[in-house]
Amino acid sequence: MKTIADIQAIRDKMKSQIVVRDKDTSDEIRVIVGMATCGISAGARPVFNTLMDEVANRQLKNVKVVRTGCLGMCTLEPIVEVLEPGKEKVTYCRVTPAKAKEIIDRHIVGGNICTQYLINNEE
Amino acid sequence: MFRSHVLVCGGTGCHSNRSEEIIKQFNRQIQACGLEKDVQVVQTGCFGLCAAGPVVIIYPEGAFYSHVKIEDVEELVSEHLVKGRIVERLLHKDEEDEPNKLKALSETNFYKKQTRVALRNCGVINPENIDEYIAYDGYQALIKALTEMTPQGVIDELLKSGLRGRGGAGFPTGRKWQFTKDAPGDIKYVACNADEGDPGAFMDRSVLEGDPHAVLEAMTIAGYAVGAQQGYIYIRAEYPIAVERLRVAIGQAREYGLLGKNILGTGFNFDIDIRLGAGAFVCGEETALMTSIEGHRGEPRPRPPFPAVKGLFGKPTLLNNVETYANIAQIILKGADWFAQMGTEKSKGIKVFALGGKINNTGLVEIPMGTPLRQVIEDIGGGIPNGKKFKAAQTGGPSGGCIPAELIDIPIEYESLLSIGSMMGSGGLIVMDEEKCMVDIAKFFLEFTVDESCGKCTACRIGTKRLYEMLCKVTDGKATMEDLDKMEQLCYYIKENSLCGLGQSAPNPVLSTLKYFRDEYVAHVRDKICPAGVCKSLIRYKIDPTKCVGCTLCARNCPANAIRGTVKQPHVIDNDLCVKCGACESRCKFKAIYKEGGKK
Repeated sequence: MKTIADIQAIRDKMKSQIVVRDKDTSDEIRVIVGMATCGISAGARPVFNTLMDEVANRQLKNVKVVRTGCLGMCTLEPIVEVLEPGKEKVTYCRVTPAKAKEIIDRHIVGGNICTQYLINNEE
Repeated sequence: MFRSHVLVCGGTGCHSNRSEEIIKQFNRQIQACGLEKDVQVVQTGCFGLCAAGPVVIIYPEGAFYSHVKIEDVEELVSEHLVKGRIVERLLHKDEEDEPNKLKALSETNFYKKQTRVALRNCGVINPENIDEYIAYDGYQALIKALTEMTPQGVIDELLKSGLRGRGGAGFPTGRKWQFTKDAPGDIKYVACNADEGDPGAFMDRSVLEGDPHAVLEAMTIAGYAVGAQQGYIYIRAEYPIAVERLRVAIGQAREYGLLGKNILGTGFNFDIDIRLGAGAFVCGEETALMTSIEGHRGEPRPRPPFPAVKGLFGKPTLLNNVETYANIAQIILKGADWFAQMGTEKSKGIKVFALGGKINNTGLVEIPMGTPLRQVIEDIGGGIPNGKKFKAAQTGGPSGGCIPAELIDIPIEYESLLSIGSMMGSGGLIVMDEEKCMVDIAKFFLEFTVDESCGKCTACRIGTKRLYEMLCKVTDGKATMEDLDKMEQLCYYIKENSLCGLGQSAPNPVLSTLKYFRDEYVAHVRDKICPAGVCKSLIRYKIDPTKCVGCTLCARNCPANAIRGTVKQPHVIDNDLCVKCGACESRCKFKAIYKEGGKK
């Protein structure tokens, strides 16, 4: 038999798992990962997983991690884009799980763009 | 943790369109791609837009795919799930949309104007997983009621909310609970009426299929409020998916200690059992339902005494409909004021309607009370197919009546519908276009009540049969104008002399069509014409000799061998042999066969 505390624990645990299904788009930040063949072979999957875990662990309700197809710059994959409402798109390239963690920590939570990983540096 | 969730509708509509096999195929394909740790396939309850089924939604993108076939699954997995590319050709489209635009479910015309309370979890959670229900604040209302509220407090909240019974008659739910609580007696029962019998109504089935725990939670709260320890759900055996999911849900709730002895350690005991009905319409009537639960033949008995005083096994019993229960937990959680600010003065809150008949978006809609019928049909329902004209809407099933096109702006609420001779009923809303004959519709419903009358009251048993025969006379073109008046008289006689709701409301379809479509009855009787071209005795099939090329296709398909003619010569239909099945008309490739709304 479960106690009230048990039910609340189940709720909190499950909530983080189903947050993917909320589709309120008004003020959400979208983190987009290029996951075509090029992205996946360059290591986009662990990056994507890291982003998802970070967002879930920090309970960032307004952040959605989604995949997209090939962004066209296959050599720079894995590419991660951050779309914040009312702000310009930020594109990171050659992202690794470690960099992904930093992006969530400094950019999404802290509000400071990680300029050293920006695609602008590649030009 | 799963990165992506594939939600596949498992409601009866999509289920019969093979959604179960789609789920299996998804699982196979996902395994083949090695994604089984990343992607979760979830079978949900009804999304509501049954016309677009089978429905699949893939999160986090929220891509809403409709009319998905088993062959499409491979592409969805390899494109969407592996590569992250939306499969545009399968996206659901509203008519005016630019093609292939990714649209969230809540942004489609069908969902935009709806407010989902009773259906909040349908199409969102896996109904066979109690954890998902808990994740969406499931059982929080029960915890709140048991730990923070007194039984009277629960009832006061319901009284304040203004919730009225969603089964048809619209009796204030809070007062029903109060009566049951105040009735003397140690043993009391809580019962749930899931015997949804109206042709065209399927909201209760969808709630039970999509969110069974919502009903269990509400019944447990009801048990606490009125002082009962045992609940029964009376559901028809014709709803196998709903029954199965209820069984699973009850099992899980018992395992979690949400049903049974000492619920959540609070000392409150309550358990729920299922009782299967054999599908008799009369068992949706409360006294007949309880007689049936007791194991007797389902026949109504006079009221009073009302069930709240003397119900199941002679004990005070609270009986509510599925949809009513589905609203309870939300009212307890969000408060009576939240609920009461929706809807109108006398009809608070929201109501689910099952849209059916000649309408583009067949399915379930949940709208605030007082929403004009026009909005339901034109905006949410997407209008009438094939550019046909709206003729009437039938509400309340065999107990209700027709709303004609000139009253399309009427707000949908209990009182307004009663005032025009229809009723809310359980919420079936059947839309009819200009090709429907109103006499034939009345005949259809009467045939149903003749069949379903339990036979206890003479007025209902014999009266409905005689009324049906008179309608047959009309559709056969054999009735006189006096018959129309006799019919009306008989209607009132049946209404006044029947014991239960079945007989009291059975003549409603006849009365309301007589009121709003009398000219159609007159056309049948006086001119021997069926204006809609439906009644077989009054129409004739003819072949236009200028269009017929003599292909013989019609003659070969005629089951009555009523079509004569030689090859390459225009054919002729022998109207003495013709059974008016219309097989020739639908087969003719030259549109040479037409129906004459015939004079004899």
